[in-house]
Amino acid sequence: MKKIVSTAFASIALFCLSTAALAAPPIKIGALFAVTGPASFLGEPERNTAQMVVDEINKAGGVKGRKLELITYDTTGDATKAVQLANKLVKNDQVVAIIGPSTTGDSMAIIPVVERAQIPLISCAAGSKITEPVRKWVFKTAQNDGLAVARIFEQLKKEKKTKVALLTVSDGFGASGREQLKAHAARYGIQILSDDTYGPKDTDMTAQLAKIRGSQAQALICWGTNPGPAVIARNAKQLGLAIPVYMSHGVSSKKFIELAGDAAEGIKLPSGKVLVADLLPKSDKQRNSLLAFIKDYQNHYKAEGDHFGGHAWDAVMLLKGAIEKGGDTPAGIRNALEATRNFPGIGGVFSYSAKDHAGLTKDAFTLVEVRKKDWVLVK
Amino acid sequence: MELLNQVTQFVISGLATGSIYALIGLSFAIIFNSTGIINFAQGEFVMLGGVLAIFSLNVLHLPLVVAIAVAVAVTTIIGLVFERLAIRPLKNATPLMLIIITIGASILIRGLVMLLWGKDTQALPAFSGTDPISIAGATLLPQHLWIFGVTVLVIVGCRLFFNHTISGKAMRACSFNRRAANLVGISVGRMVLFSFVISAAVGSLAGVIIAPLTMTAYDVGVMLGLKGFCAAIMGGMGSGLGTVLGGLILGTLESLGAGLISSGYKDAIAFFILLLILFIRPQGLFKKGETERV
Repeated sequence: MKKIVSTAFASIALFCLSTAALAAPPIKIGALFAVTGPASFLGEPERNTAQMVVDEINKAGGVKGRKLELITYDTTGDATKAVQLANKLVKNDQVVAIIGPSTTGDSMAIIPVVERAQIPLISCAAGSKITEPVRKWVFKTAQNDGLAVARIFEQLKKEKKTKVALLTVSDGFGASGREQLKAHAARYGIQILSDDTYGPKDTDMTAQLAKIRGSQAQALICWGTNPGPAVIARNAKQLGLAIPVYMSHGVSSKKFIELAGDAAEGIKLPSGKVLVADLLPKSDKQRNSLLAFIKDYQNHYKAEGDHFGGHAWDAVMLLKGAIEKGGDTPAGIRNALEATRNFPGIGGVFSYSAKDHAGLTKDAFTLVEVRKKDWVLVK
Repeated sequence: MELLNQVTQFVISGLATGSIYALIGLSFAIIFNSTGIINFAQGEFVMLGGVLAIFSLNVLHLPLVVAIAVAVAVTTIIGLVFERLAIRPLKNATPLMLIIITIGASILIRGLVMLLWGKDTQALPAFSGTDPISIAGATLLPQHLWIFGVTVLVIVGCRLFFNHTISGKAMRACSFNRRAANLVGISVGRMVLFSFVISAAVGSLAGVIIAPLTMTAYDVGVMLGLKGFCAAIMGGMGSGLGTVLGGLILGTLESLGAGLISSGYKDAIAFFILLLILFIRPQGLFKKGETERV
């Protein structure tokens, strides 16, 4: 009896070993996200989503029969650390491609590393300078700020409002938005009357708003991430600011409505489509991807999937497509990425080309308005 | 006329923000007055007040008044435990060592709150609605009146306590000369404990009443603490009224600066004032030079 059991065990062990030896080694993909630190609101959902998507792909049999292995490191939003970790991914882990980092600063810092190592990078940060000018090995998934700006200015033009006041946060996100707003205004015939800023930790913006109230501005554009814009919404209500308020995609989450309360009513902002997936027409190309992502995230993390996670979803799925077409070498992946057309992702419909490594048009954003504590599409 | 209206608004907004700074500044001064140390975990007490009130309200589903009481009580206990575990055991520690310990404690508290309740910003509902009130062409929220009211109550309370009760007088005696106080039979240790308890209570109360306006998260204590510290320095870390005036001046200058000069310099103004005062009048704006009275 004892002997039978031990032979059985031995044969099972042998069987396991032999299949392991037969299966091809996994394809190693590096991931750098700011999971902790000030940009953790970006990095945490990105890390969660990337791991979730890779697990799903492996469960479904991997890519062309090979599993993916995601090697994730936390940059903490520190550019120096990002460079060290990128070097580690390249030299020690020998990955074939890198996704992330979460912030523009981290992404810019590691570009020389990936260019030297000739490994494709799909950044999840928004700064347009990551892919302008086009760099051979660098792609990105997050929508450029300029696209959101274009969406707001188009709407203003439609409403025949030509004089605006700006109120932007004094951090990287606000500075980039401010730059884009000023650069595109003239093209839409829009005049910027005042240009104020606020600190990311400020708790009272009535001074800036009182100044704007006294000006001739016909609309206010506020650029920032929570909680600043919620304070601005509340302060604007307190001062009885009568002009329409536009915000940036930086606050397109339910959290903003929760924080601003009644003061959020009527505020319009450009948003990625994940926020309003269920409101989109059936003909929308992204609809299926969006619903799949939302359902998946809900199942895994019991929370709402957001745009930031969406950037990582796009990065992994684009990479998967590229490996299927171009093989598992860095050069093959890069070439296949550049040839990607009409890929319906979370951030938008991606079409990369030799001239465009950001891949999106302003259709990636849709304009939404807060009504009765929920989002509605602005037609 | 328009400019006049604007300036009124700047001043009123500034006074409202300033009274928040004043309240936090007071809680700095209370500890300094009896121990001679600056408690850099003070901002964390403010944060704890807001965060705990929201937790009691949203998760424990307590009524608002009870939630506030719970938040203040729990923070006060944390202040007490902090003094017992981190300050008391150190015999013969220099003020510098104690200050570094408070910095460590502030990082620890912030980290624990982040782990327990996450990094999201949350808001407490306003105590009595959000319909703005018009005063001389400017507008205020009902919450601002709560802040003004509580600040006045705390100042009056502190004044009565420090000038007219035995414990208050004993605490002041400790701040002037610990050894002498000890010699006349005052238990210095107990007075230090008292000061931590009171200042945790005042700080957390400040945190609770400002949470509906400014919202709160694990890291709001840093900036609020710094501005409160600024107010306390302006007041010379001493007299209650000086600190309050310091806070009000700081808030008004910030608001006027943001409105009339440039909003980019708002925080710079606070730190510029702080440096200026430390250079010119290190004893504070409203304090006469040290006089020896026996």
